[in-house]
Amino acid sequence: MTSIGLQHYLLLAAALFCLGILTMTLKRNAIGILIGVELILNAANLNLVAFTRYRTGAIDGQIVAVFIILLAAAEAAIAIAIFMNFYNSLATIDVDRADQLQG
Amino acid sequence: MNVNTWLEPIVFFLFAGVVLFSAIGIVLTRNIVRAALFLLGTLGGVAGLYFLLMANLLAAIQLIVYAGGTLVLIVFGVMLTSKSPWVRFAPSRSEAAAATTIGLVLFAALAKIVTGIDWTVAAHPADQPATVRQVGNLLLQQYLVPFEVASVLLLVVMIGAAYLARPEN
Amino acid sequence: MSQATIPWIEPVPEKRVAMRRKALLVLFGGGLTALIVGCVMLGVFRALPDQVGTIVFILAGVLPILGGLGLIPLGLLNGSVVLTTLGFAQIGIGALVGGLLKATPIDPLVVGVLLLVIGPIAAGLAMLTAAGVIVAFKQVVQLLLMRWTALILFCGGIVSIILLVWAHAFVFRYVAQLANDTTLNTSATTTFGGDLTIAELSTRFSGNWRPVAFVLWPLQFGLIRDLIAMGGVIGFISIIPLYTIWWERKVAGRIQSRLGPMRVGGWHGWAQSFADGMKLICKEDFVPPEGDGTLFRLAPYLAFVPAICAFIALPFATTYVFRDLDVALLFILAMLGIEVLGVIIAGWASNNKWSVYGAMREACQMVSYEIPMGMALLVPVMTAGALRLTDIAKLQQDGFGSWLAWNNPFCLIAFFCYYTASLASCKRAPFDLPESESELVAGFHTEYSGFRWSLFFFAEYAAMFAVSGLAVILFLGAWYGPLPLSWAPAGNDIASAVVRGLLFDGPILFILKCGLLLYVQIWIRWTLPRIRIDQVLYACIQVLLPLTMLVVLGSTFWLLFDNSAHPAFESFAKVVRGLLSLVGVVISIAIAGFIIFGFVNRRRLVGTLAIEHFPGS
Repeated sequence: MTSIGLQHYLLLAAALFCLGILTMTLKRNAIGILIGVELILNAANLNLVAFTRYRTGAIDGQIVAVFIILLAAAEAAIAIAIFMNFYNSLATIDVDRADQLQG
Repeated sequence: MNVNTWLEPIVFFLFAGVVLFSAIGIVLTRNIVRAALFLLGTLGGVAGLYFLLMANLLAAIQLIVYAGGTLVLIVFGVMLTSKSPWVRFAPSRSEAAAATTIGLVLFAALAKIVTGIDWTVAAHPADQPATVRQVGNLLLQQYLVPFEVASVLLLVVMIGAAYLARPEN
Repeated sequence: MSQATIPWIEPVPEKRVAMRRKALLVLFGGGLTALIVGCVMLGVFRALPDQVGTIVFILAGVLPILGGLGLIPLGLLNGSVVLTTLGFAQIGIGALVGGLLKATPIDPLVVGVLLLVIGPIAAGLAMLTAAGVIVAFKQVVQLLLMRWTALILFCGGIVSIILLVWAHAFVFRYVAQLANDTTLNTSATTTFGGDLTIAELSTRFSGNWRPVAFVLWPLQFGLIRDLIAMGGVIGFISIIPLYTIWWERKVAGRIQSRLGPMRVGGWHGWAQSFADGMKLICKEDFVPPEGDGTLFRLAPYLAFVPAICAFIALPFATTYVFRDLDVALLFILAMLGIEVLGVIIAGWASNNKWSVYGAMREACQMVSYEIPMGMALLVPVMTAGALRLTDIAKLQQDGFGSWLAWNNPFCLIAFFCYYTASLASCKRAPFDLPESESELVAGFHTEYSGFRWSLFFFAEYAAMFAVSGLAVILFLGAWYGPLPLSWAPAGNDIASAVVRGLLFDGPILFILKCGLLLYVQIWIRWTLPRIRIDQVLYACIQVLLPLTMLVVLGSTFWLLFDNSAHPAFESFAKVVRGLLSLVGVVISIAIAGFIIFGFVNRRRLVGTLAIEHFPGS
């Protein structure tokens, strides 16, 4: 059986990243876009941790991954708060309808 | 450990399968609650991969912050905003085709790059899982400034979210 | 009065008698055949050691395929789904075994002995036992109606699971010893990565002991050991809710001046939960047509599976732990957090106003209690300087005074904060907003019935045990008794092992302490009224959160000064620790006194309240 190396993880992360991009482009629901962003951040984290294990042997990548998880949580909190306001004023969270500033 | 040599590929492909299946589910489903649940699958699978990559603490943080906290927040947001006249957010066929093409091209390019480089040159995988103590020491010594900045950021986010979501008087 | 006039005492219907006869026939016949097959195969293997490969290939690979090929047309002609499926299954098994034997260099003797000797003999014994139970049904019922059956079953279940875990640990240690034995382990890895081959094991177990080698061989694989231990965990998790529910109903009954379940099973309705379980399995399996069916079916498992997973990392004693993770605390908290998601999804998928309200409340509540809960748990973690639960427990082995709850004043406050937050995390009163049955019908599980409904309850009671276990490990001396471990008898004989296990160290003490905390949870639920959702949010975010923040800060300063660099503060800390231990003793005695008072007066309370305070009685 093949042994698992860095390449496998990188390929998986690349696929996850592309699926995240697809989610962001295909969803019009603001929360769907947020979910796509989470996928992309997870792909980045996976890369960091895989590099940490297979290339450096140190754990710096894990620390960066911790910060990314923290930022993702913060981003989700703010994003949900913004969506609430958006929903309160427009009664929808379809991002295509957020064009009121276009005049 | 000999057991790992045959167990590791199986576990890797298991978790990778879960991650990819749920991620594809997120892309394909129209129902946003189901998308959030598929996200749980992806996050859990990635946490499993972290365990496999000897990052136990990170896996636990992933589960507790992402799966336990962020995901509940997302589901909560979905529940509060779902009653809307435009619930179906289906993209048009041309949009879907364009997005899929872009995604596939991107993946092909990334895969080409990843497979084109000989990664084994500098490979010396870590065999021991990183201990909590190691991570803590790094956080409070080498990465103290980012750590403090992050704490300030969290405070700002807390105040900001409370301000944004406050009832309008 | 003749029996026929009483409608509910009917003679046993003819159909059931026939069914019983059929079941007996199948079990006896099948069991005997399986036993004979196993013994014959054993004889064949011993007589023809050279042809084992061919025999196994024909019997376990070719024969099932032929049988399957014969069964499928038979099933199709008779229109029997069972026969057809059986045929396909046989072909699949035959192909799998044959392929394994041909494609991999696996020892055919191993497959042969496991599939054709040990398997049939075990199955035969199990079937014969089942047949015996059917024959001796009346006697078994008599046995179950005895007075102390409940206690015996409960203790027996827990003790047997502990024994199972112990035997598992013992056998595995033995296997590991064999694997490290260089005189025995000469060859490299086998196909599946195990270190030992059957041939190597057989040199240790020769003659009549040879079957032991076959039994031990699979145990060297981590996955198989994990499956066995997982069986123990799941067994424990099913015993705990069954008896906690019965116990809760008894306690609730006494608190409300009634008796609680009294009939099923004879002695104090001990079998009530089993009867309820049977009823729940037979209930209509309702899925709301307007809801989201898939999510509705998925949600109970989403609540139940994380609750089981929490027990993977929860240690019962130093060696009684499934996986001694260094991040066990975070892992358990994460699993409890994911369980909440199941509840929210259940409420959402029901598409019922009350369910959605329940789910919303659960989400609100979760966001507010998680932070104080985590912060309160930080205090003992900081004091111990470790995140591995077994390491934290090790600090508390020097008797009552060394328990972390009395380590400093902040720990004691943190314990109460954690206990309050953990009530909210288990959706227990006064924080049972998600299901508040007097306002929301039944909250998130309004639309659930039958087996799925019971899964929510299994998850809830398993989570109750898990949070109590965390409280015990982090604050109340883990699995160590109130006396210092150094006083324990050190001998290796049975007597000192029993004394050690009952008084000083071990899973029994841990389960007893968890049981005490469970009792307090039940007690609080039936004593306090439910509070409003805004009061829950106020209590968690505006009271508990600042309090835990102060406690964490104070504990940091305490730890900063409480060391040999500050001798004055160290002696002050010792005095404070002694005083706090006294407080702890007083609290423990008070709680025990309340419990004993309630237990002693349980009958009098029912009698006086029911008779004297009711008009006309």
